[in-house]
Amino acid sequence: MKLAVLAGTPGSGKTSVLIHAARSLKRDGLRPAVVKIDCLWTEDDKRFQRLGVPVAVGLAKDMCPDHYSIYNVDEMLDWAQSQKADHLLNETAGLCLRCAPYPDKCLAVCVIDVTTGPNAPLKVGPLLTTADVAVITKGDMVSQAEREVFRERILEANPGCRIVEANGLTGKGAAELAELIRGGPEVGDDMLLRHNPPLAICTLCTGELRVSKEHHRGVLRHLDGFMEYFGE
Amino acid sequence: MTTDRACTLTIIGGFDKDGNPDLVERLEMHRGEVIGIVGPTGSGKSSLIADIEQFALGDTPSGRKILIDGCEPRAEIRSDPRKKLIAQLSQNMHFLADMSVDEFLRMHAKSRGRSPEVAERVIELANTLTGEPVRHDHHLTILSGGQSRALMTADIAVISDSPIVLIDEIENAGIKKKEALELLAGEGKIVVVVTHDPMLALMTSRRVVMKNGGMVRVIETSAEEQKVCEDLAKVDDWLMDLRETIRRGEVVEAAI
Repeated sequence: MKLAVLAGTPGSGKTSVLIHAARSLKRDGLRPAVVKIDCLWTEDDKRFQRLGVPVAVGLAKDMCPDHYSIYNVDEMLDWAQSQKADHLLNETAGLCLRCAPYPDKCLAVCVIDVTTGPNAPLKVGPLLTTADVAVITKGDMVSQAEREVFRERILEANPGCRIVEANGLTGKGAAELAELIRGGPEVGDDMLLRHNPPLAICTLCTGELRVSKEHHRGVLRHLDGFMEYFGE
Repeated sequence: MTTDRACTLTIIGGFDKDGNPDLVERLEMHRGEVIGIVGPTGSGKSSLIADIEQFALGDTPSGRKILIDGCEPRAEIRSDPRKKLIAQLSQNMHFLADMSVDEFLRMHAKSRGRSPEVAERVIELANTLTGEPVRHDHHLTILSGGQSRALMTADIAVISDSPIVLIDEIENAGIKKKEALELLAGEGKIVVVVTHDPMLALMTSRRVVMKNGGMVRVIETSAEEQKVCEDLAKVDDWLMDLRETIRRGEVVEAAI
């Protein structure tokens, strides 16, 4: 079983790119299965169903969607096995850009949208810096020069990554991505995350509603970057 | 810095929007040629340009294939800008990048493996094409359509100096189109220009006619058409003069 984990900012075109890649894998005689993780609601499973590939949905609800997809990897792999799949494609719903949902033995794919501007690759953090492949979408909306500058910025953030220029509307780049997914590593037991999860939870994570800083405990960071510890 | 080796661009026909085969089954373009793509809006001109730009391998909606020197191009040539054979001036004239002109050009030069010092030359050249000067500390996002197009044209001539140049409707930008085409064409390049402009269309040696997404015909520019093109150039110069006169707030005096 091979695992590809697709992450990226909301609206970057993850689902469209993955649909084309899944179609390309199927055309090559492989058996991909898709797990789509979202936060509150999704209808994307219907889009995958139309392709005729097994699809499952997980909703993280009030939990961090990245954490939710990380500790459910084994369950997803078991499900894919039961569907007689040979490639599991996991689309995540990462939002906060502090973690990266990539285990060490997967093909880590970061989908990033060129219209977010050339500073975006510096903002997305481990999602991009620990990825094996960066998929650039919406390239048809900017000039060739701007695409190339964007690409250069991605290489500054992650010098070793493979870059695929894709178009979620036409399917451009899907064959190339499918090829990379086929060439990805086999999943293993005892997989490790590539990047540390965020430092610690704060009082807000446990349900504090009051805004003022005096009500919060633990390690707090001030606007000027100074960090201090409140509590016992 | 066009590479010295031979470079032939071949388009293997695909299908139109209804799935009928392209009537033009195979089209070869050679260095030093300027080729036009003409046809009504929505006839597939930009899609044909896109097929060439991404070296389609039957993986685009048209199903066309693009060959370089008779072979399918290698993956790195398809993607790495340092090895790219294609420079493209697209219809997208607005920059989304929130950077200064100088910073952008330096970064683009780096992505193409060129020295960052070329930025200055790009700006100089851009300013020969537009009446509104572009400054190195201008932010890209505030440039007008004409300034953006002039800057991109100069960028292609200097930074993305590639053996194949694709141009999509250069006439709509309010820049000196004839000068721009000559600047982009350079020497010994293959130039493909999508156009509705009679003068630009007749400046080419051949033009591909598009209809309903398909390539339906190739027309060689006849001697008579070349003569018409010369006349059009005179009319165009006259129009440019008139436009400048009116822009300067002066009164137009003489008929042609």
